[in-house]
Amino acid sequence: MKYEAVIGLEVHAELLTDSKIFCGCSTKFGSEPNTQVCPVCLGLPGTLPVLNKKVVEYAVRAGLALNCTIANFSKMDRKNYFYPDLPKAYQISQYDLPLCSNGYIEIEVEGGTKRIGIKRIHIEEDAGKLLHEGTDGSLVDYNRAGVPLIEIVSEPDISTPEEAYQYLVKLKSILEYTEVSDCKMQEGSLRVDTNVSVRPVGTTDLGTKIELKNLNSFKAVQKALEYEIKRQIKVLEEGGTIVQETRRWNEAKGITEPMRTKEEAHDYRYFPEPDLVPIIVTEEWKEEIRKTLPEMPDAKRERFITQYGLPEYDAKVITSSKKMADFFEKCASNYHSPKIVSNWLMGEFARLLNDTGREIDEVPITPDMLIELLKLVDDNVISGSIAKTVFEEMFFTGKNPQIIVEEKGLRQIADEGELRRIVRKVIEENPKSVEDYKKGKEKALGFLVGQVMKETKGKANPQLTNQLLREELSK
Amino acid sequence: MAISKSEVEYIAKLARLKFTEEEIEAMSKELSKILDYVNKLNELDTENVEPTAHIVPIHNVFREDEVKPSMPREKVLMNAPFTEQGCFKVPKIIE
Repeated sequence: MKYEAVIGLEVHAELLTDSKIFCGCSTKFGSEPNTQVCPVCLGLPGTLPVLNKKVVEYAVRAGLALNCTIANFSKMDRKNYFYPDLPKAYQISQYDLPLCSNGYIEIEVEGGTKRIGIKRIHIEEDAGKLLHEGTDGSLVDYNRAGVPLIEIVSEPDISTPEEAYQYLVKLKSILEYTEVSDCKMQEGSLRVDTNVSVRPVGTTDLGTKIELKNLNSFKAVQKALEYEIKRQIKVLEEGGTIVQETRRWNEAKGITEPMRTKEEAHDYRYFPEPDLVPIIVTEEWKEEIRKTLPEMPDAKRERFITQYGLPEYDAKVITSSKKMADFFEKCASNYHSPKIVSNWLMGEFARLLNDTGREIDEVPITPDMLIELLKLVDDNVISGSIAKTVFEEMFFTGKNPQIIVEEKGLRQIADEGELRRIVRKVIEENPKSVEDYKKGKEKALGFLVGQVMKETKGKANPQLTNQLLREELSK
Repeated sequence: MAISKSEVEYIAKLARLKFTEEEIEAMSKELSKILDYVNKLNELDTENVEPTAHIVPIHNVFREDEVKPSMPREKVLMNAPFTEQGCFKVPKIIE
């Protein structure tokens, strides 16, 4: 029998507000434990929450960017459960009247695009953080308690792990573009849960679904789903049944395993939050927020193709991150060849960012610095390969390329006399290659050029080297 | 509206409460009575009445997104039975 998977994704994104959702405590990441808390977010008796207006605006902005219907009337509810990360023993969330619903994301699949529905987006408060290391108990840090979140729930329209991955990449890109969240998974500002079931192809009833947790990257989501789908099919094919449960992804072992959950009963006894009044988003307010929406990734990609003549692939890669797109545009508008800029962004820059796990705005290279470097290549001050060395130095130190070139003596050797001397030396030392060249082996010239480069530590001007070698060899 | 003993046990479990057999027995009767009493409301015809989200007719009470000073940590942890490394300490939670 052939099986197909039905996948749903729940994404929590922390909103980029300065203060928490119901109190004035800072949302800054990485502070000393329990230094950004107050009676409200600690849930002390007698306190009252007051909703941060920006939370509503950001959630609506995200909703509009994700093609959602914005609720005219919305309210907050209490979700009750006991867990030490939740100081009040309930989380203020939204139940039956979320702020946004019925949206969609379009992802690229083989042979076109596929629309993945977004069931709802609601606002809620984050819980605190539990630490288990270096103690015989568990330690609770409430700095994160009360940080505003949006929870984005997809429709079960996703049928492969690859589609789940595409959906997440697109969603992250849209959230970054709208600047409602910084989406840093390593800081927990973007978190993903997924649920998956399988069913025989051609049937419409949903199978028993399994929730997956501990997914620390989009690749982990994809791998966990791949594993889980295979596991479920195997259980069914052996005549077993799937038991509804939550499983955690074990990255080291590459498997999913059962986990104990917060609330076995999953009975959250939601009821309207009496301490907060309803939210009404008027047409005017909604339109005002719509005006704050920037150009979205798909539109930007099309524009980069027409305006800068970028190949489709380059445009897609560059626009997948707003920061990258902004960086590109600042360079491209001041430089003659946008394609050279995109080559650098997708090549050296992307490689170093990837290697160091840093974001483009976390490194000291500015668009002006990159242009300056490219101009040094254009003006034959340095060669293309030396430029990579200089770029790496810029990446780590933030030094001006001109200064790096001078300090490290990387200026290209374009002095004919000096270079001719080196060329003669190389010819003298490599009689075999010289002979080969004279017999008509063009390849031998490449070897000799390489030797000149080695001799000059890559600083020889390539064109001049070629020219001088040919001259000297024809003597 | 009868509330069975097992329902009392379930609710007690969700609320992290422990009762003796007798207490559960008594609770089952009392909760049933309370529900019967409240059930009277079901006699009202609410066909054309919007569900009440809040009892006062106001909406959109917001604060601006401004950071205010938090509490000093000594005060935050002052009433905690156990603390460690600037944190509240609780019995080990196994994930």
